[in-house]
Amino acid sequence: MAASIATRASGVALYVGVLIVAGLATALAAGPEAYGVYTGLLGSPLGLIVLFGLTVSIFYHLAAGLRHLVFDSGKGFLPATANATAWAAFAFAVVASLLVWAGYFLLSGH
Amino acid sequence: MDSNSYRTPLGRARGLGSAHTGVGRFIGERATSVALVPLSLWAIYAGLKIAPLGYDGAVAFLQSPLNAVLAVLLIAVSVSHMDMGMRVIIEDYIHKPLTKVSLMLLSTGVSWTFGALGIVSVLKVALMSAGTH
Repeated sequence: MAASIATRASGVALYVGVLIVAGLATALAAGPEAYGVYTGLLGSPLGLIVLFGLTVSIFYHLAAGLRHLVFDSGKGFLPATANATAWAAFAFAVVASLLVWAGYFLLSGH
Repeated sequence: MDSNSYRTPLGRARGLGSAHTGVGRFIGERATSVALVPLSLWAIYAGLKIAPLGYDGAVAFLQSPLNAVLAVLLIAVSVSHMDMGMRVIIEDYIHKPLTKVSLMLLSTGVSWTFGALGIVSVLKVALMSAGTH
């Protein structure tokens, strides 16, 4: 239940995320000034929070999507199994996001 | 059901659903989700890659044909997937016909307008000659 609603919520977040990516490409095509303003917004504290939320959403929606592809094949419906894979999807999203962001800041030296 | 039948379960079921349509949509939702497994992982890689680079680095990144093609595919497949996904959410929660249809049209319009803008922008940057930036 919670896993299902989180799949939809992360999907809606990623809907906005794709609009943000399309905006980034548009700013890049518009030139250095527009790109500077746009990436400045993304690099602001609020922007970074949004980007981190989108990272969690990508990893969660990815894991949940794979889980649903298994459901489509008729497998994984035993309550114990479904609960375990739901928790695994949540855990994967948090751990993978933290690893990606920690790795980025450690390697880039920011 | 005759277990010795040579007809597949799909062959037996085809055309017997109440709506007689929807198979294409079901397959489209799954096909785009499978395509987005590698594309979304690439999106994270691309984001990390261009984040520290600034304008010139981002332009150089998209001038690699492989990166440009993956960026176009990412946007196109994502827009198709999110259009279908948002439509399911609207159908599930909004039941007033006029509101439902208006929101579905709005969602489709917004997603494809931004998608087209993103794709044309990626192509413009990818095909920009070295002297113009």
